[in-house]
Amino acid sequence: MSRVRVLVGTRKGAFVLSSDGNREKWDVGGPHFAGWEVYHVKGSPADPNRLYASQSSGWFGQVIQRSDDGGTSWNPVGNTFAYDGVPGTHQWYDGTPHPWEFARVWHLEPSLGDPDTVFAGVEDAALFKTTDGGASWNELSGLRKHGSGPHWQPGAGGMCLHTILLDPKDPERMFVAISAAGAFRTDDAGATWKPINKGLRSAQLPDEDAEVGHCVHNLALHPARPSTLFMQKHWDVMRSDDAGEHWREISGNLPPDFGFPIDDHAHEPETVYVVPIKSDSEHFPLDGKLQVYRSRTGGDEWEALTKGLPQQNCYVNVLRDAMAVDALDACGIYFGTTGGQVYASNDAGDSWNPIVRDLPPVLSLEVQTLP
Amino acid sequence: MIRVVLPAHLRTLARIEGEQRFEIGGPATIAAVLDAVEARHPMLRGTIRDPATGKRRAFVRFFACERDLSHDPLDAPLPAAIANGAEPLLVVGAMAGG
Repeated sequence: MSRVRVLVGTRKGAFVLSSDGNREKWDVGGPHFAGWEVYHVKGSPADPNRLYASQSSGWFGQVIQRSDDGGTSWNPVGNTFAYDGVPGTHQWYDGTPHPWEFARVWHLEPSLGDPDTVFAGVEDAALFKTTDGGASWNELSGLRKHGSGPHWQPGAGGMCLHTILLDPKDPERMFVAISAAGAFRTDDAGATWKPINKGLRSAQLPDEDAEVGHCVHNLALHPARPSTLFMQKHWDVMRSDDAGEHWREISGNLPPDFGFPIDDHAHEPETVYVVPIKSDSEHFPLDGKLQVYRSRTGGDEWEALTKGLPQQNCYVNVLRDAMAVDALDACGIYFGTTGGQVYASNDAGDSWNPIVRDLPPVLSLEVQTLP
Repeated sequence: MIRVVLPAHLRTLARIEGEQRFEIGGPATIAAVLDAVEARHPMLRGTIRDPATGKRRAFVRFFACERDLSHDPLDAPLPAAIANGAEPLLVVGAMAGG
């Protein structure tokens, strides 16, 4: 029977949650790297026992950990993230120039085919790559050196490159998202990049449909149809059917269309999940009711999924990298909250159960489906 | 021989316990001690001083002989009691968080 492994990064360490294919009984492993912030943990699609973790602290900086045995044991690998050349400046919150400074790794995206190759999205926004299992990291500086770079500005969480999507049909193509610069695409394996933000409108910008400056919170694609992208923007849920060349809003009947994560059903490219949050100034669910919303029509029409989720006095948030799906049938959906709960659905979202309730605030969550 | 006490998180990261002892070939300075620490425990590179600039991380302090040496130049001579091993050099994670 298949197994599922859920990799959880929290404010105070990493946890590995394991279950068989029924996804009813769970073992909770950890904390790994206790006391450190773990922004992201992700496994290699090419070797599920190869995991990478981003461990950081305000005191001691960035550490990258690697496991070769599915998270049982870990070893530190390279942690030098040096920008290529003189990094120059981006805009600070007040609009003044601010030097590019490395702060931490937000997201680790292992290659689809090589366990030793991993992409890292960092703050201040840039994309790095290792081809030696994390021993050394080199910047793909064509992104940061895109002409718009000096105009990028941090979001409230910092100027972070938080989303990396690899196109399974085109190894030269990948998508990234930066808060608050927007979405970008490369078609030449990271050498050059173009902003892909046409159709986005952000009332927070002096020019609402500017080429860059949008606070894109998360992107999702389905491996069977990677030219269709879904986006949770600061406000608005968006869709593109031409690899980001043009976007249209699909918020439809969402109560608020503010939120952070967005994800696709493993087997149904037109089924999408979001977690609406009341507003950008009140980072908790509307009316204290935690609700996942599902669209089975690729957007516009959404249904609230509430069975098993708290429907009163719930004031947690779900961060952008804290939702993921497994590849079983029926598709499992998982998300973690800033209140330390990890919820799982083994029926595509129809019902939910907490795997664990009292972890530190959850920063990220990834799922591995194992044989 | 120079004695060094590292903060708990860094001892965990380096998988070591207790006070560490290092032989320093040249003059005893904080920079020379950190070179020795990082040579024996490569996973600590970047955790005490910035790997690009070599500067002490903002929330890391160096205490010795009841003095705060954090703002001394990294290549300044350490007190004799540190250089001869009578007292340990304390690498401290600054108290923060209320």
